[in-house]
Amino acid sequence: MSNSPMTPAIAAGRLPAESYTAQFSDLHPVLDHHEALVASDRCYFCHDAPCMTACPTSIDVPLFIRQIATGTPEAAAKTIFEQNILGGMCARVCPTETLCEEACVREKAEGKPVEIGRLQRYATDTLMAKNAHPFARAEATGKTVAVVGAGPAGLSAAHRLAMKGHDVVMFEARPKSGGLNEYGIASYKAPGGFAQSEVDWLLQIGGITVEHGKKLGEGLTLAALQDDYDAVFLAIGLAGVNALRAEGVDKAGVLDAVDFIADLRQSTDLSTLPVGRNVVVIGGGMTAVDAAVQSKLLGAQNVTIVYRRGKDRMSASDYEQELATSKGVQIIYHAAPVAVHGNGACAEMEFEFTQEVDGTLTGTGETFRLAADQVFKAIGQTLVGAPEGIKIEGGKIAVSATGRTSMAGVWAGGDCASGGEDLTVTAVAEGRDAAEDIHASLMEG
Amino acid sequence: MADLTSTFCGITSPNPFWLASAPPTDKEYNVRRAFEAGWGGVVWKTLGEEGPPVVNVNGPRYGAIHGADRRLLGLNNIELITDRPLEVNLEEMTRVKKDFPDRALIASVMVPCDAESWKSIIPRIAETGCDGFELNFGCPHGMAERGMGAAVGQVPEYIEMVTRWCKEATGLPVIVKLTPNITNIILPAEAALRGGADAVSLINTINSITSVNLDSFAPEPMIDGKGTHGGYCGPAVKPIALNMVAEIARNPATATLPISGIGGVTTWRDAAEFLALGASNVQVCTAAMTYGFKIVEEMISGLSQYMDEKGFTSVAEISGRAVPNVTDWQYLNLNHVTKAVINQDDCINCGRCYAACEDTSHQAISMSPDRVFTVMDDECVACNLCVNVCPVEGCITMKTLDKGEVDERTGKPVGDYANWTTHPNNVAACSAE
Ligand SMILES: Cc1cc2nc3c(=O)[nH]c(=O)nc-3n(C[C@H](O)[C@H](O)[C@H](O)COP(=O)(O)OP(=O)(O)OC[C@H]3O[C@@H](n4cnc5c(N)ncnc54)[C@H](O)[C@@H]3O)c2cc1C
Ligand SMILES: Cc1cc2nc3c(=O)[nH]c(=O)nc-3n(C[C@H](O)[C@H](O)[C@H](O)COP(=O)(O)O)c2cc1C
Ligand code: SF4
Ligand code: SF4
Ligand code: SF4
Repeated sequence: MSNSPMTPAIAAGRLPAESYTAQFSDLHPVLDHHEALVASDRCYFCHDAPCMTACPTSIDVPLFIRQIATGTPEAAAKTIFEQNILGGMCARVCPTETLCEEACVREKAEGKPVEIGRLQRYATDTLMAKNAHPFARAEATGKTVAVVGAGPAGLSAAHRLAMKGHDVVMFEARPKSGGLNEYGIASYKAPGGFAQSEVDWLLQIGGITVEHGKKLGEGLTLAALQDDYDAVFLAIGLAGVNALRAEGVDKAGVLDAVDFIADLRQSTDLSTLPVGRNVVVIGGGMTAVDAAVQSKLLGAQNVTIVYRRGKDRMSASDYEQELATSKGVQIIYHAAPVAVHGNGACAEMEFEFTQEVDGTLTGTGETFRLAADQVFKAIGQTLVGAPEGIKIEGGKIAVSATGRTSMAGVWAGGDCASGGEDLTVTAVAEGRDAAEDIHASLMEG
Repeated sequence: MADLTSTFCGITSPNPFWLASAPPTDKEYNVRRAFEAGWGGVVWKTLGEEGPPVVNVNGPRYGAIHGADRRLLGLNNIELITDRPLEVNLEEMTRVKKDFPDRALIASVMVPCDAESWKSIIPRIAETGCDGFELNFGCPHGMAERGMGAAVGQVPEYIEMVTRWCKEATGLPVIVKLTPNITNIILPAEAALRGGADAVSLINTINSITSVNLDSFAPEPMIDGKGTHGGYCGPAVKPIALNMVAEIARNPATATLPISGIGGVTTWRDAAEFLALGASNVQVCTAAMTYGFKIVEEMISGLSQYMDEKGFTSVAEISGRAVPNVTDWQYLNLNHVTKAVINQDDCINCGRCYAACEDTSHQAISMSPDRVFTVMDDECVACNLCVNVCPVEGCITMKTLDKGEVDERTGKPVGDYANWTTHPNNVAACSAE
């Protein structure tokens, strides 16, 4: 191994082989017993707790923290899972700084919220380590439901439906379940194969069959599903990406950030994963931050995120932005891509500074170039593969509060459906709520 | 820096902070280091008869109650009096007193309840040069089963008798240490006074079981599967001790009896409170056992700053200052009307005041959809519960209504002082008229 961060162009193994594990280890290690007791002590057990309101899945935070404090983390885990069956993953990936912890009264009191996310992980890890599944199925109803997409929304719905006694078949295009938990989430947020072990644990409820390699629109039609099942839940996420409008974007080295991340997540040996010496990431969301940080962790020498608007408009939270800069990523605000330069492969990326006047973004005319062996596009995902004839709203499948689409007997939730932020926890909430509504409507007749 | 010199029943010490008779004062090594750390005096760990000393258990002897962040709030012990030979203790006391002549060194004593035992040991101990005696009538476990400690302290006649024996045996001050394990603290205090005691000290520890092991089903601390009640002390017992001190201080018969205040003293503030309720000095055990001897530095600097701020020039000036304001419930002014007020700038919107008032009290706090909590003056009875449960100190305060102002709850204007003894609902008051 003779490569280093300074090795020109795109190269693998920029770091000593033994350092990758440490580079990609847990961002927030699990609290130990003592830390959990100290952290849980800080909760005030608020009335109608603001943290609970802020959690998209409405986990009873004060109750579960009190259960930890009184020495019953298993009961705490059950409180969490009752609302959010992917409470383990959410504890790792939720941007708590904009959800429960932002709302925590101790954030207001002293700028230091109760560490809700880490306490949630402490509780869920404790129960999951026992490989115990806390729920049992209700008596069989004889009803069947098809769930398309085995990401957080699909898994959450499937679990709730199975628990209610329905038989569920999941159709998943990819070879593995988990959706973006498996293919998208930054690896240092859920190391150790957690996504797969969580899926296995979840499926212990029984009554759920997962068929991998089955893609709606490719040999699988909605009409057929409607014929064969009593209800259909669509949870297909956002499988497409927005196109970057700039000259030369077809040059080698210009990639979709989500593909890079998926490769990284599936890699069994990160030292074989190539990364540029100079990496430029275009975008302002979590995907941009994750692609940038992980490039840096792979050993890229210079990594820059370029975002066309200001810091406050960036959808990645302040916390995420700080995480990026703390890892050595540079963030340039107010610059829009103009062209990719290079002879065949990209070598430089050209940007124009922007300004926002009355909400309209315009170029200032001043341009600059960044060295770029690799350019990652992270400017948003789009819905593809929505069934013909279903009502679309703002680029997503239009749904009611309980996930009903414009088609009778068809529900949708998660990133592919309208409403809510594109977050794991929101997908879980929507899957759960749709399942409750499906259950109610199946039991009506 | 105020002068903290304290005089307690004729015994002078550079400050009113003494270590109570307990492990911190068990031996020369400890006491030397305590004096070096700045403690004004010590009551040496209780001495027993000559001969083979008592033995302690060899398993755990403490249990505890914890608050947030494992802060030790209450400690329970099943330790006995000193388990070291009398001669060794006396030699050590002699050496220490010689090296620290300005500090108070008191000998705590507990021997069987006969005149000979007490009268022979007291002069022997006096040879150490100690400044006085403290009679341990308080130890609630182990020794009581043998007819000593609390077994004496719970019978006023015995207290009087033993105190008299000791006063006959020495010209040094005799302090009687009282047990709180009785229903009326006045009775043992008056008995001590009758027996000629120069002072009382209180409280000793309270009978207690701190916790139960839910796997072995035995009290903690557990010794080979069994437990026994111990003596409770630490911050949790302070309120009980303060009340007992105040009772003695405001009882006419014992009002002039000097008091050494003990029980949960942890900070300078606790000490000042004991002083205000009638104590002349304080003794500390659990706080030292929790944090070490160094805490006396905070006690000294804190009390000193307080005295400077208040313009007090001696500890004696604080002593008893609050006693005239301790009264019986029947004399409290029923026309003193207050209302809770929430400072919205300090409020962190936790809703605890609301839950407390709505679920368990007077439904006097309203909650808006955006979590603004407001006290409704027409419902608030001024119980103070919201003030007590609010996590932000000073966020909820009590506003006093001026005379003539209308109490929105009753619709009546605030009147002059009037108490229960003259209240129309008081049948006794009416019939007396
Ligand atoms: C890089 C990245 C990082 C992120 N980081 C975070 C984070 O830290 N915290 C957070 O809360 N959120 C994060 N998110 C967002 C979060 O991952 C998503 O909001 C969440 O996964 C949405 O769940 P879902 O079930 O709706 O969709 P997905 O997770 O996308 O799952 C959809 C599933 O459907 C399958 N599928 C798609 N089309 C078809 C079809 N036609 N037929 C059959 N199956 C199909 C897909 O293969 C996939 O398994 C991140 C997203 C990305 C892209
Ligand atoms: C371990 C332990 C041993 C004690 N031993 C004695 C003793 O031998 N003699 C005595 O008079 N009081 C003894 N006490 C009682 C203390 O002197 C004191 O009265 C009591 O702890 C209350 O004060 P505190 O709250 O500051 O601890 C003991 C207390 C403890 C914790
Ligand atoms: S699921 Fe996420 S948002 Fe909800 S409480 Fe847990 S960490 Fe917070
Ligand atoms: S807001 Fe904070 S303090 Fe209040 S219940 Fe939630 S975690 Fe506890
Ligand atoms: S308890 Fe205090 S901080 Fe909490 S809502 Fe009430 S006034 Fe506000």
